[in-house]
Amino acid sequence: MGEVIVITSGKGGVGKTTATANIGAGLAMRGYKVALVDADIGLRNLDVVLGLENRIVYDLVDVAHGHCRLKQALIKDKRFEGLYLLPAAQTKDKTAVKPEQMKEICLQLKEEFDFVIIDCPAGIEQGFRNAIAGAEKAIVITTPEVSAVRDADRVIGLLEAAELREPKLVVNRLRPRMVRQGDMMTIEDIIDILAVDLLGVIPEDEQIIVTTNRGDTVVLMDRSRSGEAFRNITRRILGEPVPLMELERDGHFFARLRRIMGLG
Amino acid sequence: MLEFLARLFQRHSLSSKDVAKERLRLVLVHDRANISPELLQLLKDDLIKTVSKYFEIEEKSLEVTLDTSDDVVALVASIPVHRVKRSVKVASV
Repeated sequence: MGEVIVITSGKGGVGKTTATANIGAGLAMRGYKVALVDADIGLRNLDVVLGLENRIVYDLVDVAHGHCRLKQALIKDKRFEGLYLLPAAQTKDKTAVKPEQMKEICLQLKEEFDFVIIDCPAGIEQGFRNAIAGAEKAIVITTPEVSAVRDADRVIGLLEAAELREPKLVVNRLRPRMVRQGDMMTIEDIIDILAVDLLGVIPEDEQIIVTTNRGDTVVLMDRSRSGEAFRNITRRILGEPVPLMELERDGHFFARLRRIMGLG
Repeated sequence: MLEFLARLFQRHSLSSKDVAKERLRLVLVHDRANISPELLQLLKDDLIKTVSKYFEIEEKSLEVTLDTSDDVVALVASIPVHRVKRSVKVASV
């Protein structure tokens, strides 16, 4: 029996889809069987982020309405053995699926896969309720901004009200240099405010844009900082205790100089 | 000169991330309070119970709100009092 995890944030554009793709790929890299579910009906994107957009035949709504079997709608990734995508429908809207149907689909996927990861749409309306219906655990993504942290707080409240206790937090797009200058909230600030456990921190990284342009994942890239962050998150999901990585290891020249001189 | 330096450092100490954190803290007090009107009702009921031991009050016009002004959040309760009770019964603990 696998585990169903929903990735959510409230606010849009904080990196839910990118995180879903990379965490899923990271788990598949470690040899697990993973199903990614795009619950953003009407605005599907997980397919393009994974580079699988040309292979969609059936989608989540087809499965929910019994137009095809679940296995027919699952797209197998060619790079990662064991990674599959259940795409969202693009021409329908959030009301095309009901929470009970999502629950049923998650139950079926759980029997076949080690991990079922659901990419939740932005917002807290029916799309959100659908996405969390079949989940047993939740990962909340935020960025170090007032608006994103506020929305994360609201979502954490709603998750707990829906019996999804103790969601784990991922802070995305952190800029270590701005944090050092006092112009960006620190991880401690955010944890202090949201009072949840931290699952990981992903530094701002242009490589994300480059890999997404190509429909690739950054988690495969050995030398990428964000890739390393996603690999660490993957390991923590698997229960390994991994310390937070040194975010300024490759800081700019003066930061390195200060460190060499024992001042930093 | 010293004053100038002090001002400079004082300005510096209130970095934008501290402003962000403080604004978040305040907005969340309201957000979290807004999530559960039930909680406010529970508080009202408790207030009525306690205050009624000492005063005769008009329960229907009792108002409880969270008020944000400047950078302080205050719990504001408006309780119309008819009269003070003469004999206050102290519940034995």
